[in-house]
Amino acid sequence: MHPSLSFDQAPPISVPYRFFLVAPWFGVMAGILLAWSGGDALVSRWTPEALALTHLIAVGFMLQAMCGAVFQFIPVAVGGNVWRPRLVANIGQPLLLLAALLLVAGLLFSRPGLLSAAAPLFLLTVGGFVAVVALALWQTPATGMTLWAMRMAIAGLAVTVVLGALLAEALALGLSIPIVELADIHLAWGLAGWALMLLAGVSYYVVPMFQLTRPYPLWFTRWFGPLLLLLLLAWSSRLLLEDPRWSLAIALSLLALVSAYAGMTLWLQYTRRRKVHDATSVGFRIANLSILAFVISGAGFLLYPELAADPRAAVWLGVLAFAGVFVSAITGMMYKIVPFLNWLHLQRLGAPLSAVPNMNKMIPGEAMTGQLRLHVLAVALLLAAVWLPGLTRLAGAALAVSFAWMGWNLAGAVRRYQSFKDQIRAAGLHH
Amino acid sequence: MSITAPLFQHHKHCDELFATAEEDCANGDWAAGGKAFARLLDQLETHFTSEEQLLFPAFETATGMTSGPTEVMRGEHRQMRDLMAQMKAALASRDSDAFGGGAETLLILMQQHNMKEENILYPMCDNVLGASDVGAFLAERLNAS
Repeated sequence: MHPSLSFDQAPPISVPYRFFLVAPWFGVMAGILLAWSGGDALVSRWTPEALALTHLIAVGFMLQAMCGAVFQFIPVAVGGNVWRPRLVANIGQPLLLLAALLLVAGLLFSRPGLLSAAAPLFLLTVGGFVAVVALALWQTPATGMTLWAMRMAIAGLAVTVVLGALLAEALALGLSIPIVELADIHLAWGLAGWALMLLAGVSYYVVPMFQLTRPYPLWFTRWFGPLLLLLLLAWSSRLLLEDPRWSLAIALSLLALVSAYAGMTLWLQYTRRRKVHDATSVGFRIANLSILAFVISGAGFLLYPELAADPRAAVWLGVLAFAGVFVSAITGMMYKIVPFLNWLHLQRLGAPLSAVPNMNKMIPGEAMTGQLRLHVLAVALLLAAVWLPGLTRLAGAALAVSFAWMGWNLAGAVRRYQSFKDQIRAAGLHH
Repeated sequence: MSITAPLFQHHKHCDELFATAEEDCANGDWAAGGKAFARLLDQLETHFTSEEQLLFPAFETATGMTSGPTEVMRGEHRQMRDLMAQMKAALASRDSDAFGGGAETLLILMQQHNMKEENILYPMCDNVLGASDVGAFLAERLNAS
Protein backbone atom coordinates (compact mmCIF):
# COMPACT_ATOMS: atom_id res chain seq x y z
CA MET A 1 0.00 0.00 0.00
CA HIS A 2 2.58 2.52 1.13
CA PRO A 3 5.84 0.66 0.63
CA SER A 4 8.02 3.69 1.20
CA LEU A 5 6.16 4.81 4.28
CA SER A 6 8.46 4.67 7.26
CA PHE A 7 6.34 4.32 10.35
CA ASP A 8 8.85 3.69 13.03
CA GLN A 9 12.32 4.13 11.69
CA ALA A 10 14.19 6.53 13.86
CA PRO A 11 17.87 6.43 12.86
CA PRO A 12 20.49 4.95 15.21
CA ILE A 13 21.00 7.24 18.20
CA SER A 14 24.57 7.97 17.13
CA VAL A 15 23.31 9.81 14.02
CA PRO A 16 21.73 12.86 15.70
CA TYR A 17 24.08 12.72 18.71
CA ARG A 18 27.19 12.98 16.57
CA PHE A 19 25.97 16.41 15.45
CA PHE A 20 24.47 17.54 18.76
CA LEU A 21 27.60 16.81 20.80
CA VAL A 22 29.88 18.83 18.53
CA ALA A 23 27.59 21.83 17.93
CA PRO A 24 27.93 23.67 21.28
CA TRP A 25 31.73 23.68 21.11
CA PHE A 26 31.60 25.92 18.05
CA GLY A 27 29.68 28.35 20.23
CA VAL A 28 32.40 28.07 22.86
CA MET A 29 34.95 28.94 20.16
CA ALA A 30 32.83 31.96 19.19
CA GLY A 31 32.76 33.17 22.78
CA ILE A 32 36.50 32.68 23.22
CA LEU A 33 37.20 34.49 19.95
CA LEU A 34 35.11 37.44 21.07
CA ALA A 35 36.64 37.55 24.54
CA TRP A 36 40.09 37.39 22.98
CA SER A 37 39.50 40.02 20.27
CA GLY A 38 37.79 42.54 22.54
CA GLY A 39 36.48 45.97 21.61
CA ASP A 40 36.78 46.28 17.85
CA ALA A 41 35.30 42.93 16.91
CA LEU A 42 31.72 44.22 16.83
CA VAL A 43 32.15 47.64 15.22
CA SER A 44 30.90 46.36 11.88
CA ARG A 45 29.59 43.16 10.32
CA TRP A 46 32.58 43.13 7.96
CA THR A 47 35.43 42.82 10.45
CA PRO A 48 37.27 39.49 10.12
CA GLU A 49 36.24 38.68 13.68
CA ALA A 50 32.55 39.41 13.04
CA LEU A 51 32.57 37.28 9.88
CA ALA A 52 34.30 34.44 11.72
CA LEU A 53 31.90 34.70 14.68
CA THR A 54 28.86 34.68 12.42
CA HIS A 55 30.03 31.52 10.71
CA LEU A 56 31.07 29.78 13.93
CA ILE A 57 27.44 30.14 15.01
CA ALA A 58 25.84 29.62 11.57
CA VAL A 59 27.77 26.68 10.12
CA GLY A 60 29.34 25.49 13.37
CA PHE A 61 26.52 25.50 15.89
CA MET A 62 23.32 25.94 13.86
CA LEU A 63 24.05 23.81 10.82
CA GLN A 64 25.46 20.91 12.86
CA ALA A 65 22.48 20.91 15.22
CA MET A 66 19.94 21.34 12.43
CA CYS A 67 21.41 18.55 10.30
CA GLY A 68 21.32 16.19 13.28
CA ALA A 69 17.74 17.16 14.03
CA VAL A 70 16.64 16.76 10.40
CA PHE A 71 17.97 13.17 10.31
CA GLN A 72 15.85 12.44 13.37
CA PHE A 73 12.81 14.44 12.33
CA ILE A 74 12.23 13.20 8.78
CA PRO A 75 11.36 9.57 9.57
CA VAL A 76 9.37 10.41 12.67
CA ALA A 77 7.45 13.47 11.53
CA VAL A 78 7.03 13.09 7.80
CA GLY A 79 7.54 9.34 7.38
CA GLY A 80 10.50 9.75 5.02
CA ASN A 81 13.34 7.26 4.60
CA VAL A 82 16.75 8.93 4.65
CA TRP A 83 19.20 6.91 2.58
CA ARG A 84 21.72 5.15 4.89
CA PRO A 85 21.66 7.77 7.65
CA ARG A 86 24.54 6.27 9.61
CA LEU A 87 26.87 6.26 6.62
CA VAL A 88 25.88 9.77 5.52
CA ALA A 89 26.30 11.12 9.06
CA ASN A 90 29.59 9.31 9.67
CA ILE A 91 31.13 10.82 6.56
CA GLY A 92 29.24 14.09 6.30
CA GLN A 93 29.50 15.31 9.89
CA PRO A 94 33.33 15.29 10.19
CA LEU A 95 33.60 16.87 6.74
CA LEU A 96 31.14 19.56 7.72
CA LEU A 97 33.16 20.22 10.85
CA LEU A 98 36.34 20.51 8.81
CA ALA A 99 34.70 22.79 6.26
CA ALA A 100 33.43 25.07 9.04
CA LEU A 101 36.89 25.31 10.62
CA LEU A 102 38.54 26.07 7.27
CA LEU A 103 35.99 28.76 6.47
CA VAL A 104 36.25 30.40 9.88
CA ALA A 105 40.05 30.33 9.82
CA GLY A 106 40.03 31.70 6.27
CA LEU A 107 37.75 34.59 7.24
CA LEU A 108 39.53 35.36 10.49
CA PHE A 109 43.07 35.33 9.14
CA SER A 110 42.13 36.51 5.61
CA ARG A 111 43.75 33.45 4.03
CA PRO A 112 42.57 32.91 0.44
CA GLY A 113 43.89 29.34 0.38
CA LEU A 114 41.66 28.31 3.28
CA LEU A 115 38.59 29.98 1.76
CA SER A 116 39.29 28.26 -1.55
CA ALA A 117 39.47 24.90 0.21
CA ALA A 118 36.35 25.49 2.30
CA ALA A 119 34.06 26.37 -0.62
CA PRO A 120 34.19 23.03 -2.51
CA LEU A 121 34.10 21.11 0.75
CA PHE A 122 30.84 22.85 1.69
CA LEU A 123 29.39 22.22 -1.75
CA LEU A 124 30.27 18.54 -1.40
CA THR A 125 29.08 17.92 2.16
CA VAL A 126 26.03 20.15 2.23
CA GLY A 127 25.27 19.12 -1.35
CA GLY A 128 25.30 15.46 -0.29
CA PHE A 129 23.12 16.23 2.71
CA VAL A 130 20.67 18.22 0.58
CA ALA A 131 20.50 15.35 -1.93
CA VAL A 132 19.67 12.57 0.55
CA VAL A 133 17.26 14.74 2.50
CA ALA A 134 15.52 16.02 -0.63
CA LEU A 135 15.14 12.45 -1.87
CA ALA A 136 13.52 11.43 1.41
CA LEU A 137 11.28 14.50 1.44
CA TRP A 138 10.05 14.05 -2.10
CA GLN A 139 9.52 10.28 -1.87
CA THR A 140 7.46 10.19 1.27
CA PRO A 141 3.75 9.64 0.66
CA ALA A 142 2.95 11.84 3.67
CA THR A 143 1.38 15.26 3.17
CA GLY A 144 0.99 18.40 5.24
CA MET A 145 2.55 21.80 5.69
CA THR A 146 5.45 20.64 7.85
CA LEU A 147 6.57 18.54 4.90
CA TRP A 148 6.23 21.45 2.48
CA ALA A 149 8.09 23.79 4.79
CA MET A 150 10.92 21.27 5.05
CA ARG A 151 11.07 20.91 1.28
CA MET A 152 11.33 24.67 0.89
CA ALA A 153 13.88 24.87 3.71
CA ILE A 154 16.16 22.32 2.11
CA ALA A 155 16.01 24.29 -1.14
CA GLY A 156 16.85 27.39 0.90
CA LEU A 157 19.90 25.61 2.31
CA ALA A 158 21.06 24.72 -1.20
CA VAL A 159 20.78 28.36 -2.35
CA THR A 160 22.59 29.58 0.77
CA VAL A 161 25.51 27.23 0.31
CA VAL A 162 25.91 27.89 -3.42
CA LEU A 163 25.96 31.64 -2.77
CA GLY A 164 28.29 31.17 0.18
CA ALA A 165 30.73 29.11 -1.88
CA LEU A 166 30.61 31.73 -4.61
CA LEU A 167 31.37 34.47 -2.09
CA ALA A 168 34.24 32.50 -0.54
CA GLU A 169 35.80 31.91 -3.97
CA ALA A 170 35.26 35.54 -4.91
CA LEU A 171 37.09 36.67 -1.78
CA ALA A 172 39.84 34.11 -2.32
CA LEU A 173 40.40 34.86 -5.99
CA GLY A 174 39.51 38.54 -5.96
CA LEU A 175 36.68 38.07 -8.47
CA SER A 176 34.83 41.23 -9.32
CA ILE A 177 31.30 40.43 -8.29
CA PRO A 178 28.96 42.59 -6.18
CA ILE A 179 30.11 41.14 -2.84
CA VAL A 180 27.90 43.23 -0.55
CA GLU A 181 24.67 42.58 -2.47
CA LEU A 182 25.47 38.87 -2.78
CA ALA A 183 26.31 38.66 0.92
CA ASP A 184 22.93 40.22 1.77
CA ILE A 185 21.17 37.69 -0.43
CA HIS A 186 23.23 34.81 1.02
CA LEU A 187 22.35 35.98 4.51
CA ALA A 188 18.64 36.29 3.78
CA TRP A 189 18.46 32.79 2.30
CA GLY A 190 20.46 31.32 5.17
CA LEU A 191 18.52 32.98 7.97
CA ALA A 192 15.05 33.05 6.47
CA GLY A 193 15.01 30.56 3.58
CA TRP A 194 16.73 27.77 5.46
CA ALA A 195 16.79 28.39 9.21
CA LEU A 196 13.46 30.15 9.77
CA MET A 197 11.65 28.00 7.20
CA LEU A 198 12.89 24.87 8.98
CA LEU A 199 12.03 26.34 12.38
CA ALA A 200 8.51 27.14 11.14
CA GLY A 201 8.00 23.66 9.68
CA VAL A 202 9.24 22.04 12.88
CA SER A 203 7.11 24.43 14.96
CA TYR A 204 3.92 23.42 13.13
CA TYR A 205 4.66 19.93 14.41
CA VAL A 206 6.26 20.35 17.83
CA VAL A 207 4.66 23.47 19.34
CA PRO A 208 1.18 21.89 19.56
CA MET A 209 2.78 18.60 20.55
CA PHE A 210 5.10 19.71 23.36
CA GLN A 211 2.93 22.43 24.85
CA LEU A 212 -0.56 21.24 23.94
CA THR A 213 -1.41 24.39 22.06
CA ARG A 214 -4.02 24.63 19.36
CA PRO A 215 -2.59 23.82 15.94
CA TYR A 216 -1.28 26.69 13.80
CA PRO A 217 -4.26 27.86 11.70
CA LEU A 218 -4.36 26.25 8.29
CA TRP A 219 -4.42 29.62 6.50
CA PHE A 220 -1.21 30.52 8.31
CA THR A 221 0.74 27.36 7.49
CA ARG A 222 -0.53 27.46 3.91
CA TRP A 223 0.66 31.00 3.28
CA PHE A 224 3.67 31.52 5.49
CA GLY A 225 6.20 29.32 3.67
CA PRO A 226 5.27 30.18 0.07
CA LEU A 227 5.14 33.91 0.87
CA LEU A 228 8.52 33.74 2.55
CA LEU A 229 9.95 31.98 -0.48
CA LEU A 230 8.39 34.53 -2.82
CA LEU A 231 9.73 37.47 -0.82
CA LEU A 232 13.20 35.94 -0.78
CA LEU A 233 13.11 35.64 -4.54
CA ALA A 234 12.03 39.27 -4.72
CA TRP A 235 14.80 40.21 -2.29
CA SER A 236 17.29 38.43 -4.57
CA SER A 237 16.16 40.56 -7.50
CA ARG A 238 17.96 43.53 -5.94
CA LEU A 239 21.00 42.23 -7.80
CA LEU A 240 19.34 43.34 -11.04
CA LEU A 241 16.96 46.06 -9.90
CA GLU A 242 18.48 49.01 -8.18
CA ASP A 243 15.35 50.67 -6.94
CA PRO A 244 15.56 51.66 -3.27
CA ARG A 245 11.77 51.85 -2.93
CA TRP A 246 11.43 48.26 -4.18
CA SER A 247 14.13 47.08 -1.73
CA LEU A 248 12.43 48.90 1.12
CA ALA A 249 9.03 47.41 0.30
CA ILE A 250 10.45 43.88 0.13
CA ALA A 251 12.43 44.27 3.34
CA LEU A 252 9.41 45.62 5.25
CA SER A 253 7.21 42.83 3.89
CA LEU A 254 9.77 40.23 4.99
CA LEU A 255 9.84 41.73 8.48
CA ALA A 256 6.04 41.76 8.66
CA LEU A 257 5.85 38.11 7.61
CA VAL A 258 8.53 37.04 10.06
CA SER A 259 6.77 38.85 12.88
CA ALA A 260 3.57 37.01 11.95
CA TYR A 261 5.31 33.70 12.69
CA ALA A 262 6.64 34.98 16.02
CA GLY A 263 3.34 36.58 17.02
CA MET A 264 1.37 33.46 16.09
CA THR A 265 3.73 31.18 18.02
CA LEU A 266 3.68 33.39 21.11
CA TRP A 267 -0.11 33.58 20.95
CA LEU A 268 -0.43 29.80 20.68
CA GLN A 269 1.95 29.39 23.62
CA TYR A 270 0.03 31.96 25.63
CA THR A 271 -3.26 30.11 25.12
CA ARG A 272 -1.80 26.61 25.55
CA ARG A 273 -3.54 23.88 27.49
CA ARG A 274 -0.40 22.57 29.19
CA LYS A 275 0.49 24.93 32.00
CA VAL A 276 3.79 23.32 33.04
CA HIS A 277 6.81 25.30 31.81
CA ASP A 278 10.03 23.67 30.73
CA ALA A 279 13.33 24.55 29.07
CA THR A 280 11.87 23.97 25.61
CA SER A 281 8.94 26.34 26.00
CA VAL A 282 11.28 28.93 27.52
CA GLY A 283 13.76 28.53 24.64
CA PHE A 284 10.98 29.04 22.11
CA ARG A 285 9.69 32.07 23.95
CA ILE A 286 13.13 33.73 24.01
CA ALA A 287 13.49 32.98 20.30
CA ASN A 288 10.15 34.53 19.40
CA LEU A 289 10.64 37.60 21.54
CA SER A 290 14.02 38.02 19.84
CA ILE A 291 12.28 37.84 16.46
CA LEU A 292 9.96 40.64 17.52
CA ALA A 293 12.91 42.71 18.76
CA PHE A 294 14.66 42.04 15.43
CA VAL A 295 11.58 43.12 13.47
CA ILE A 296 11.04 46.31 15.48
CA SER A 297 14.67 47.41 15.30
CA GLY A 298 14.99 46.27 11.66
CA ALA A 299 11.92 48.32 10.70
CA GLY A 300 13.34 51.27 12.64
CA PHE A 301 16.61 51.07 10.72
CA LEU A 302 14.75 50.85 7.40
CA LEU A 303 12.45 53.78 8.09
CA TYR A 304 15.08 56.01 9.71
CA PRO A 305 18.18 55.42 7.56
CA GLU A 306 20.22 57.84 9.70
CA LEU A 307 20.02 55.20 12.47
CA ALA A 308 21.24 52.48 10.14
CA ALA A 309 24.15 54.62 8.95
CA ASP A 310 26.09 53.36 11.96
CA PRO A 311 27.61 50.01 10.91
CA ARG A 312 26.86 48.68 14.37
CA ALA A 313 23.13 48.62 13.49
CA ALA A 314 23.69 45.52 11.35
CA VAL A 315 25.70 43.88 14.14
CA TRP A 316 22.84 44.51 16.56
CA LEU A 317 20.44 42.74 14.17
CA GLY A 318 22.94 39.89 13.73
CA VAL A 319 23.20 39.30 17.47
CA LEU A 320 19.39 39.22 17.77
CA ALA A 321 19.00 36.81 14.85
CA PHE A 322 21.81 34.36 15.52
CA ALA A 323 22.16 34.35 19.30
CA GLY A 324 18.68 35.53 20.26
CA VAL A 325 16.52 33.61 17.82
CA PHE A 326 18.26 30.50 16.57
CA VAL A 327 20.61 29.57 19.42
CA SER A 328 17.66 29.83 21.84
CA ALA A 329 15.23 27.83 19.73
CA ILE A 330 17.78 25.12 18.93
CA THR A 331 18.87 24.82 22.56
CA GLY A 332 15.26 24.43 23.66
CA MET A 333 14.69 21.77 21.01
CA MET A 334 17.80 19.78 21.91
CA TYR A 335 16.76 19.79 25.56
CA LYS A 336 13.59 17.99 24.54
CA ILE A 337 14.90 15.74 21.78
CA VAL A 338 17.92 14.36 23.66
CA PRO A 339 16.09 13.19 26.82
CA PHE A 340 13.36 11.65 24.66
CA LEU A 341 15.83 9.86 22.39
CA ASN A 342 17.67 8.51 25.43
CA TRP A 343 14.40 7.12 26.75
CA LEU A 344 13.27 5.81 23.35
CA HIS A 345 16.48 3.94 22.63
CA LEU A 346 16.80 2.59 26.18
CA GLN A 347 13.31 1.14 26.14
CA ARG A 348 14.08 -0.47 22.80
CA LEU A 349 16.68 -2.62 24.52
CA GLY A 350 13.67 -4.65 25.56
CA ALA A 351 13.88 -4.19 29.31
CA PRO A 352 10.61 -3.84 31.21
CA LEU A 353 9.64 -0.21 31.04
CA SER A 354 9.87 0.13 34.81
CA ALA A 355 13.64 -0.41 34.45
CA VAL A 356 13.98 2.51 32.03
CA PRO A 357 14.47 5.90 33.71
CA ASN A 358 12.02 8.57 32.56
CA MET A 359 12.97 11.64 30.51
CA ASN A 360 13.53 13.89 33.51
CA LYS A 361 16.39 11.66 34.65
CA MET A 362 18.44 12.41 31.53
CA ILE A 363 19.39 16.09 32.05
CA PRO A 364 18.65 17.79 35.40
CA GLY A 365 15.91 20.39 34.93
CA GLU A 366 17.85 23.03 36.89
CA ALA A 367 20.90 22.53 34.67
CA MET A 368 18.80 23.24 31.57
CA THR A 369 16.99 26.29 32.91
CA GLY A 370 20.20 27.59 34.53
CA GLN A 371 22.04 27.32 31.23
CA LEU A 372 19.21 29.10 29.41
CA ARG A 373 19.31 31.92 31.97
CA LEU A 374 23.02 32.33 31.38
CA HIS A 375 22.36 32.30 27.65
CA VAL A 376 19.86 35.16 28.02
CA LEU A 377 22.45 37.07 30.04
CA ALA A 378 25.05 36.43 27.32
CA VAL A 379 22.66 37.72 24.62
CA ALA A 380 21.91 40.83 26.69
CA LEU A 381 25.63 41.47 27.19
CA LEU A 382 26.29 40.97 23.47
CA LEU A 383 23.57 43.47 22.58
CA ALA A 384 25.00 45.96 25.07
CA ALA A 385 28.54 45.35 23.80
CA VAL A 386 27.48 46.42 20.30
CA TRP A 387 27.16 49.98 21.63
CA LEU A 388 29.55 49.74 24.62
CA PRO A 389 32.72 48.06 23.31
CA GLY A 390 34.08 47.89 26.86
CA LEU A 391 31.66 45.01 27.49
CA THR A 392 32.81 42.89 24.54
CA ARG A 393 35.23 40.68 26.46
CA LEU A 394 32.71 40.05 29.21
CA ALA A 395 30.01 39.22 26.65
CA GLY A 396 32.39 36.80 24.91
CA ALA A 397 33.23 35.10 28.19
CA ALA A 398 29.52 34.75 29.07
CA LEU A 399 28.81 33.30 25.63
CA ALA A 400 31.67 30.79 25.94
CA VAL A 401 30.62 29.64 29.42
CA SER A 402 26.97 29.37 28.37
CA PHE A 403 27.79 27.19 25.36
CA ALA A 404 30.23 25.10 27.41
CA TRP A 405 27.44 24.49 29.93
CA MET A 406 25.14 23.42 27.10
CA GLY A 407 27.85 21.07 25.79
CA TRP A 408 28.30 19.69 29.27
CA ASN A 409 24.54 19.12 29.70
CA LEU A 410 24.31 17.26 26.39
CA ALA A 411 27.45 15.21 27.03
CA GLY A 412 26.05 14.37 30.48
CA ALA A 413 22.87 13.06 28.85
CA VAL A 414 24.90 10.79 26.59
CA ARG A 415 26.96 9.58 29.58
CA ARG A 416 23.75 8.78 31.43
CA TYR A 417 22.43 6.93 28.39
CA GLN A 418 25.53 4.76 28.40
CA SER A 419 25.40 4.04 32.10
CA PHE A 420 21.66 3.24 32.08
CA LYS A 421 22.28 0.98 29.12
CA ASP A 422 25.07 -0.80 30.98
CA GLN A 423 22.82 -1.20 34.03
CA ILE A 424 20.02 -2.71 31.97
CA ARG A 425 22.44 -5.09 30.25
CA ALA A 426 24.17 -6.04 33.52
CA ALA A 427 20.81 -6.83 35.08
CA GLY A 428 20.09 -9.13 32.14
CA LEU A 429 16.86 -7.30 31.44
CA HIS A 430 17.31 -6.81 27.71
CA HIS A 431 16.29 -9.17 24.93
CA MET B 1 -17.79 12.81 8.09
CA SER B 2 -14.79 10.52 8.21
CA ILE B 3 -15.16 7.33 10.19
CA THR B 4 -12.14 8.16 12.34
CA ALA B 5 -13.36 11.66 13.28
CA PRO B 6 -14.57 10.49 16.73
CA LEU B 7 -11.09 9.11 17.48
CA PHE B 8 -9.54 12.38 16.36
CA GLN B 9 -11.85 14.33 18.68
CA HIS B 10 -11.15 11.94 21.50
CA HIS B 11 -7.39 12.62 21.26
CA LYS B 12 -8.13 16.27 22.08
CA HIS B 13 -10.30 15.23 24.99
CA CYS B 14 -7.45 13.10 26.39
CA ASP B 15 -5.03 16.03 25.93
CA GLU B 16 -7.27 18.14 28.17
CA LEU B 17 -7.36 15.46 30.84
CA PHE B 18 -3.59 15.06 30.65
CA ALA B 19 -2.98 18.80 31.07
CA THR B 20 -5.30 18.98 34.07
CA ALA B 21 -3.75 15.96 35.80
CA GLU B 22 -0.21 17.20 35.20
CA GLU B 23 -0.96 20.71 36.39
CA ASP B 24 -2.75 19.58 39.55
CA CYS B 25 0.04 17.20 40.53
CA ALA B 26 2.73 19.78 39.74
CA ASN B 27 0.93 22.19 42.07
CA GLY B 28 0.82 19.55 44.81
CA ASP B 29 -2.95 19.11 44.60
CA TRP B 30 -2.78 15.32 44.68
CA ALA B 31 -6.48 14.78 45.29
CA ALA B 32 -7.56 16.68 42.18
CA GLY B 33 -4.60 15.32 40.22
CA GLY B 34 -5.52 11.79 41.21
CA LYS B 35 -9.06 12.26 39.99
CA ALA B 36 -7.99 13.76 36.68
CA PHE B 37 -5.39 11.05 36.20
CA ALA B 38 -7.91 8.29 36.89
CA ARG B 39 -10.18 9.83 34.27
CA LEU B 40 -7.25 10.02 31.81
CA LEU B 41 -6.39 6.36 32.44
CA ASP B 42 -9.98 5.36 31.84
CA GLN B 43 -10.35 7.41 28.66
CA LEU B 44 -7.05 6.30 27.16
CA GLU B 45 -7.89 2.68 27.88
CA THR B 46 -11.24 3.10 26.14
CA HIS B 47 -9.48 4.73 23.22
CA PHE B 48 -6.85 2.01 22.92
CA THR B 49 -9.32 -0.85 23.15
CA SER B 50 -11.67 0.79 20.63
CA GLU B 51 -8.81 0.88 18.16
CA GLU B 52 -7.46 -2.55 19.00
CA GLN B 53 -10.82 -4.30 18.94
CA LEU B 54 -12.66 -2.40 16.20
CA LEU B 55 -10.54 -0.24 13.94
CA PHE B 56 -7.30 -2.20 13.59
CA PRO B 57 -8.89 -5.60 12.89
CA ALA B 58 -11.16 -4.02 10.28
CA PHE B 59 -8.19 -2.30 8.66
CA GLU B 60 -6.14 -5.48 8.71
CA THR B 61 -8.96 -7.50 7.16
CA ALA B 62 -9.52 -4.90 4.46
CA THR B 63 -5.86 -4.50 3.52
CA GLY B 64 -4.26 -7.78 4.52
CA MET B 65 -1.59 -5.76 6.37
CA THR B 66 -1.20 -7.30 9.79
CA SER B 67 2.39 -6.44 10.57
CA GLY B 68 2.35 -2.85 9.31
CA PRO B 69 1.28 0.37 10.98
CA THR B 70 -1.31 -1.29 13.22
CA GLU B 71 1.39 -3.47 14.78
CA VAL B 72 3.50 -0.37 15.53
CA MET B 73 0.46 1.34 17.06
CA ARG B 74 -0.28 -1.68 19.27
CA GLY B 75 3.33 -1.62 20.49
CA GLU B 76 3.03 2.07 21.37
CA HIS B 77 -0.23 1.43 23.23
CA ARG B 78 1.71 -1.11 25.31
CA GLN B 79 4.42 1.45 26.08
CA MET B 80 1.86 4.05 27.12
CA ARG B 81 0.05 1.57 29.36
CA ASP B 82 3.38 0.75 31.06
CA LEU B 83 4.21 4.42 31.53
CA MET B 84 0.80 5.09 33.02
CA ALA B 85 1.30 2.22 35.45
CA GLN B 86 4.54 3.90 36.56
CA MET B 87 2.74 7.22 36.91
CA LYS B 88 -0.02 5.59 38.93
CA ALA B 89 2.56 4.20 41.35
CA ALA B 90 4.24 7.62 41.57
CA LEU B 91 0.89 9.23 42.28
CA ALA B 92 0.13 6.71 45.03
CA SER B 93 3.43 7.51 46.73
CA ARG B 94 3.09 11.26 45.97
CA ASP B 95 6.45 11.28 44.24
CA SER B 96 6.21 14.45 42.17
CA ASP B 97 9.54 13.92 40.39
CA ALA B 98 8.61 10.45 39.22
CA PHE B 99 5.11 11.59 38.23
CA GLY B 100 6.42 14.66 36.39
CA GLY B 101 9.06 12.62 34.56
CA GLY B 102 6.49 10.01 33.61
CA ALA B 103 4.09 12.71 32.42
CA GLU B 104 6.78 14.37 30.30
CA THR B 105 7.64 11.05 28.66
CA LEU B 106 4.01 10.04 28.19
CA LEU B 107 3.16 13.37 26.60
CA ILE B 108 5.75 13.08 23.83
CA LEU B 109 5.03 9.43 23.23
CA MET B 110 1.29 10.09 23.14
CA GLN B 111 1.54 13.15 20.88
CA GLN B 112 3.87 11.45 18.46
CA HIS B 113 1.57 8.46 18.39
CA ASN B 114 -1.47 10.66 17.80
CA MET B 115 0.25 12.50 14.95
CA LYS B 116 1.10 9.25 13.21
CA GLU B 117 -2.50 8.11 13.56
CA GLU B 118 -4.05 11.41 12.55
CA ASN B 119 -1.73 12.09 9.63
CA ILE B 120 -1.17 8.62 8.26
CA LEU B 121 -3.19 5.76 9.71
CA TYR B 122 -6.61 7.42 10.06
CA PRO B 123 -6.61 8.75 6.49
CA MET B 124 -5.67 5.24 5.32
CA CYS B 125 -8.54 3.80 7.38
CA ASP B 126 -10.97 6.39 6.01
CA ASN B 127 -9.94 5.32 2.52
CA VAL B 128 -10.39 1.59 2.92
CA LEU B 129 -13.18 1.51 5.51
CA GLY B 130 -15.22 4.55 4.49
CA ALA B 131 -18.21 2.49 3.46
CA SER B 132 -18.24 0.21 6.50
CA ASP B 133 -20.11 0.57 9.79
CA VAL B 134 -16.91 0.69 11.88
CA GLY B 135 -17.29 4.44 12.34
CA ALA B 136 -20.70 4.10 13.96
CA PHE B 137 -19.39 1.51 16.40
CA LEU B 138 -16.39 3.67 17.26
CA ALA B 139 -18.54 6.71 17.93
CA GLU B 140 -20.93 4.69 20.05
CA ARG B 141 -18.16 3.25 22.19
CA LEU B 142 -16.32 6.53 22.72
CA ASN B 143 -19.53 8.42 23.50
CA ALA B 144 -20.55 5.84 26.06
CA SER B 145 -17.29 6.24 27.96
